[in-house]
Amino acid sequence: MSEAAHEARFAPGARVKVRRMAPPGHLRTPWYIRGQTGEIERLCGAFANPEELAYNRPGTPRQPLYRVRFRQRELWPDYRGPAADTIEIEIYQHWLEPAP
Amino acid sequence: MRSHHDMGGLPAGPVERKEHDYALWEKRVDALMVLLSAPQRRLLRVDELRRNIEALPPDAYERMTYYERWISSIANTLLQRGVFTADELGRKMAEVQARENAS
Amino acid sequence: MTTHEHHDHDHGHGHHHPTRADHDDRLTHWQAMEIAVRELLIGKGIVTADEVRAAVEAMDARSPAQGARVVARAWTDPAYKARLMADGTAAVQELGIEMAATKLIVVENRPGLHNLVVCTLCSCYPRMLLGLPPDWYKSRAYRSRAVREPRAVLGEFGTSLPDHVEVRVHDSTADMRYLVLPERPPGTEGWSEDRLAAIVSRDSMIGVTRPVA
Repeated sequence: MSEAAHEARFAPGARVKVRRMAPPGHLRTPWYIRGQTGEIERLCGAFANPEELAYNRPGTPRQPLYRVRFRQRELWPDYRGPAADTIEIEIYQHWLEPAP
Repeated sequence: MRSHHDMGGLPAGPVERKEHDYALWEKRVDALMVLLSAPQRRLLRVDELRRNIEALPPDAYERMTYYERWISSIANTLLQRGVFTADELGRKMAEVQARENAS
Repeated sequence: MTTHEHHDHDHGHGHHHPTRADHDDRLTHWQAMEIAVRELLIGKGIVTADEVRAAVEAMDARSPAQGARVVARAWTDPAYKARLMADGTAAVQELGIEMAATKLIVVENRPGLHNLVVCTLCSCYPRMLLGLPPDWYKSRAYRSRAVREPRAVLGEFGTSLPDHVEVRVHDSTADMRYLVLPERPPGTEGWSEDRLAAIVSRDSMIGVTRPVA
């Protein structure tokens, strides 16, 4: 069965900001990354939305999932490592908006 | 509000490099998760399991071991799905304990 | 439940942990729940006792040896390594390893880059390649601090990296699973794949340590 997927909006290299949302339920966007700005490292594909799967709903149309790269010094005010240190995490498209 | 399980970036002590050999009952909990979530059954989604673990009260989350959280969540998920009733599960658990005490 | 410590757990694969016998004292509430859930499911024809046994055995058969084979192959076969980096899931399938519902991304350590894997939200781990994760990987301390102060965490594992090496942390939040491809250590020229695999530990494939010859 071929299920529909939302269209992928972001290309690798695009700067994106993680939405600051806090609904109840099962979320896979960690608290520490919300409101932060990073860049798309790659599109991983489109997957059923785990927020919906958590309630035994199909989670379709599938959501594009990206790996997004962030600079550690921008995430943590007290980060003591070098400026080049990064973190990459997978974020679903509906949590991302374009960043300036 | 940050959920209790969502701990990335919070302060914590040193990483204790403890490991333990998994007990058979723990491996069976893991096996149940694999079997129930398999495509031919789909009686449990991994995200349902996670949601039910995340819903544990903070003190329970901390007090319970990893597989204790899993079996609690598997049971809750199956109750939610209507695979068995609380009454069935309660009676079966009492029967298991009685068997154990008698032997 | 008792635990015991393995202070120097950065051994190679090869042996996996034997099953600890269940307590012969009274069952805990949760152990009773496991038995009850399993018996109810068997009684309802949803699973069989044989299926449970087989699933336990299947996980027991998984150990870091699988991941070490992949690493050793990548170290000795540049074309395989290219395929592994392009599509980890397909490349490990060539070696008979099925990723099931998740997809594998292999992250490569290089002279200027060191990778570290964590799952801050729960305990996602490439089980098909490494077996069941160690307690510390699932601990509050690791999950909280690996993203925020990775170099300090690495230091606790005896791994120290100079400032010109980028430390890149991967938080496994969704459907991807990560395997670190460590750098091949000097002094291993001409080694067979088996000999190479023997020095690739579980911890080096998570990224907390590096292999030595």
